[in-house]
Amino acid sequence: MGIGFYLQFSFAQHALEAAFLVAVSCGLIGPFVITRTMSFAVHGTSELAFTGAVAGLLVADNPLAGALVGALIVATLIGLFGQRAAERDSTIGVILAAGLGLGVFLLGYYHGYASEALNILFGNIFGISSGQILLLGVIAVVVAIVLTAIRRPLLFASIDPDVARARGVPTGLLGIVFLFVLAITVTEAAQIVGTLLVLSLAITPAAAAQRLSSNPFVVTVLSVVMAVLAADGGLLLSFQFPTVKPSVLIVAISFAFYVIARLIGPAIASRRRDRFAGPDLAELRHG
Amino acid sequence: MTAAPVELRGAAVRLGSRDLWTGLDLDIAVGEFLAVLGPNGAGKTTLLKVLLGLVPLAAGTVRVNGAPPRLGNHELGYVPQQQAFDRSLPVRGRDLVRFGIDGHRWGLPCHARAVRERVEEALAAVGASAYADAPVGLLSGGEQQRLRIAQALLGDPRVLLCDEPLLALDLASQQAVTHLIDERRRQAGTPVVFVTHEVNPVLPYVDRILYLVRGKWAIGAPAEILTSERLSDLYGIDVDVIKVRDRYLVVSAEDELPTEPGAHAHHGHAH
Repeated sequence: MGIGFYLQFSFAQHALEAAFLVAVSCGLIGPFVITRTMSFAVHGTSELAFTGAVAGLLVADNPLAGALVGALIVATLIGLFGQRAAERDSTIGVILAAGLGLGVFLLGYYHGYASEALNILFGNIFGISSGQILLLGVIAVVVAIVLTAIRRPLLFASIDPDVARARGVPTGLLGIVFLFVLAITVTEAAQIVGTLLVLSLAITPAAAAQRLSSNPFVVTVLSVVMAVLAADGGLLLSFQFPTVKPSVLIVAISFAFYVIARLIGPAIASRRRDRFAGPDLAELRHG
Repeated sequence: MTAAPVELRGAAVRLGSRDLWTGLDLDIAVGEFLAVLGPNGAGKTTLLKVLLGLVPLAAGTVRVNGAPPRLGNHELGYVPQQQAFDRSLPVRGRDLVRFGIDGHRWGLPCHARAVRERVEEALAAVGASAYADAPVGLLSGGEQQRLRIAQALLGDPRVLLCDEPLLALDLASQQAVTHLIDERRRQAGTPVVFVTHEVNPVLPYVDRILYLVRGKWAIGAPAEILTSERLSDLYGIDVDVIKVRDRYLVVSAEDELPTEPGAHAHHGHAH
């Protein structure tokens, strides 16, 4: 009963499709998350997907819709109160704590199987319907389109906000748009790997990619490729080793990419430095 | 006669309840190098922000190339001070320069090849080709500032605004960067508004100085402004200006003399 056996079933096919869609979105936002130092925002919005999911279960028996609405509320709150980088982390911390408290409170009123709500903490990739695949697909396409449209101004605003503003880039608005994209992506990913492990797709591949290149385009491509390999690779492995949860294997693969990138990254970076630190550079530096 | 590239009439800026400066009349001519000096908080950078359209005037008028300032005016080149970039930031020198062409554009890049060629030319013009592919976080301040000038010049600016571009640079880099700015001015007649707290490195290029001190201002040639009388009058305390070779030193008997135009000295001790 290996990989081939499971692949006959639609639940396994759905899982692979869902993992692919989620990984592409996560791989796309990852480099921006790191450039804008927003890892904690990813963590905050993903954990609060739990609260949103519980609320969704209570109100409409639909955890995903609840998580999405919750993520948008959280993104708006972070955007409103955490515009300045210095106060963003503390703002997220405050919202995260309050939101999780609310989630636990709401869970007390839910009389269904608690596992429905807990699924969102660790992911439940095998319960995905065709309708959900469609929703995940729409989200992935929207995320890809928005990120492609705002890619250069967002990078400009992330690297060099003063000059970007002077050049007419609406840096504040872009920050909020990116928060929304991030919140939606993270909530989507929480379905697959769970809110606790979202970072393994939204941060780890991008962090690994950054060790391997400093070309922003190459970093994005590597980040997407590694996220997809981790997500679908982890799933396929879990067919082979059914006793291990897929999210664990996904995390393991993405972490392995990161360790490898850290190990070979310095060699690439020093080759790069040698190439550029010619006599010209030394002369300029030391006059 | 065509309008001056920059025109301010009775211009005033208010920050909260405080007037930064008022009644400022200023025409900057084609090819002029204007140094803006003064202590911290005197509104030097704010003047640039007014020209960029980031800060509105409280009174008076301002025109840039004959029109009111507006955000995203690509007739202005802007060179800020160097900043520390994270070493692992996935952005290369050429990416920073390229922002000057399409950093503000939405959607997919178009005319990719033409853009790349222009970036290549801009890099070569400032002598930065050798480190164009290095991550910006690994570049020295002088290298970074060359890239920023290349970025600003890519927009073919009609006015160049520089905000402390020499800050934290070593002497050789200061000279190299100033030379590049001056070259643009001489070749294209692009006027330069150069905010600095140190006039000496740019003195050979400066046509006029705008000196801002706590709401007051003075404008004129360096020899006119950098005198004990003018600066004592501006600061409202006794200030002595000493010229040593080609450098100006501003000396005050009082402690609280803020940022000075040259190498500074309190109580007669050169720092």
